[in-house]
Amino acid sequence: MNRYLSIFGTFARACLVRDMTFRANFILECVTSLGWMSMNLAFYLLVFTYTPEIGKGSGWSKAPFFAFVATGLIINAIVQAFFMPSAEELTEMVRTGGLDAVLVQPLDAQFLLSLHRVDFSSLANGLVGVGLLAWALGRMDHTPPAITWLLYPLLLLCGVAILYGLVIMLAAATILMGRNQSLYDFWFYLTNFSRYPAEIYAGPWGGPLRTVCTFVIPILLVVNVPARVIAQPLTGEAWGAVAAAVIAAIASLIASRLVFQRALARYRSASS
Amino acid sequence: MSRAATAALRDPLRGLSTWWTMLKICLEERLVYRGDFALGTLMRFLPIVTQVFLWTAVFSATSRSDIAGYSRNDIVAYYLLTMLTRAFSSMPGLAGGIARSVRDGSVKKFLIQPVDYVSFLLAARVAHKLVYYAVAVVPFGLVFFLCRSYFPPVPDATTIAAFLLSLVLSFLLGFFMEATLGMLGFWFMEVSSIVFGYMLVQYLLSGHMFPIDLLRTVPVGSGGVSLADVVHWLPFEYTAYFPSAVWLGKVRGPELLGSLAIEAAWVVAMAIACRIAWRRGTRRYAAFGG
Repeated sequence: MNRYLSIFGTFARACLVRDMTFRANFILECVTSLGWMSMNLAFYLLVFTYTPEIGKGSGWSKAPFFAFVATGLIINAIVQAFFMPSAEELTEMVRTGGLDAVLVQPLDAQFLLSLHRVDFSSLANGLVGVGLLAWALGRMDHTPPAITWLLYPLLLLCGVAILYGLVIMLAAATILMGRNQSLYDFWFYLTNFSRYPAEIYAGPWGGPLRTVCTFVIPILLVVNVPARVIAQPLTGEAWGAVAAAVIAAIASLIASRLVFQRALARYRSASS
Repeated sequence: MSRAATAALRDPLRGLSTWWTMLKICLEERLVYRGDFALGTLMRFLPIVTQVFLWTAVFSATSRSDIAGYSRNDIVAYYLLTMLTRAFSSMPGLAGGIARSVRDGSVKKFLIQPVDYVSFLLAARVAHKLVYYAVAVVPFGLVFFLCRSYFPPVPDATTIAAFLLSLVLSFLLGFFMEATLGMLGFWFMEVSSIVFGYMLVQYLLSGHMFPIDLLRTVPVGSGGVSLADVVHWLPFEYTAYFPSAVWLGKVRGPELLGSLAIEAAWVVAMAIACRIAWRRGTRRYAAFGG
């Protein structure tokens, strides 16, 4: 474990050195990423000029909703910074045969393929997320109980774990299919469902969609559970959601490991 | 005007035949990726699903029957229509492709061949769009059929004509705006960050994110001017909001004519800007090697 931590430290340092070598580019990336985020925040502010809350009686009024958005920013920033850059590279590695060089290294292939590149500029959104969370908490009707401060970081990690599992399974699909750009687009469209509170998925179409996105692909547990714990009073139902998120995170990690190993076993080299 | 464009004007038939050949080549090239197109098109409707649920939740929590003149059904129809208008005005890879051809030197063949680069790009884009529509008509037709209850009754013939005209103009506007951005590659080599900034502004001000009418409550300065009024004079809203609003009957009569005139003026302005950028750019362009 220590060896892997030290190797990850080396990867992270190398990526930081690279980012700092092209400092202007790094700053530009941070600014553009903050630009997209500000645009979305402006949209939500605009929406709240027309409505007191998102969903009647849902409890997602302005301050809790921005706590929800902040939670999403923090989780996505972690995934975008630590896992996505490596996973994106995998598509080309499979096609060009670059994956062979990884497989002969005396290291776990999943570790190497999912953590060898760190994009520090993605963390900018996460920092804004922390600031936004502090702003939202200061404007909420209730003060979160002490246990929230233990649960919230744990549930953030669960959210990251669920998304990590999903990234790895998509990466495994890339190995099986040779090249697969559409599935990474699919990642973007799928995670889009986790951007809003689960309560909005109601009615004859929303109900089944909510069930699928909670129990089949647990994308709705990623942001909803930690955000609910910090932004709304803890009730019996919330504890059920906490248990579901923890189970989903563990299941997601195990399933992704199994799928990835199977995919690697079926990999045929593309290089000569 | 380039030598190729001048020659095409002197002999229109020859010019047309060159144009037709360019279109045919690009059509064949594009048809190779028809499966990818169809899948990609269906997936692009997924974010709209979340928007539909979001706005349904917003309407359920407010006592208003409409927001900025849009009922819930109008909003859903609006988002679907912007998908259609963006299918005309979005030009994926155009600016980046032009800048790359400047950087790697492949643009130099257009300086010696009797083919006008801007015309070639336009032909390639028309081919790209024709193939896209031919394949996308199935997923678009399916989604629009399933969501037909959200749409108001089919408008009168004049509105449909204005809608179609606004779509064609939005295609040309999108093309010339992105092509002009790509031509900046003659000065900056790498335009990806400029394109990214453009996309950011475009996404917000084109109406892709929400109907521009929502900005009527956002004041600019103290003269009673709203942000929507300012955006009305910029080119962006004509690439998504305007055609959709025309179909939904939100823009009518003299306002419709005035908006069409502004859109046409922007097309002409951007076409001229693109030509100027190409002429000035090729003058300062230097290529080495074979």
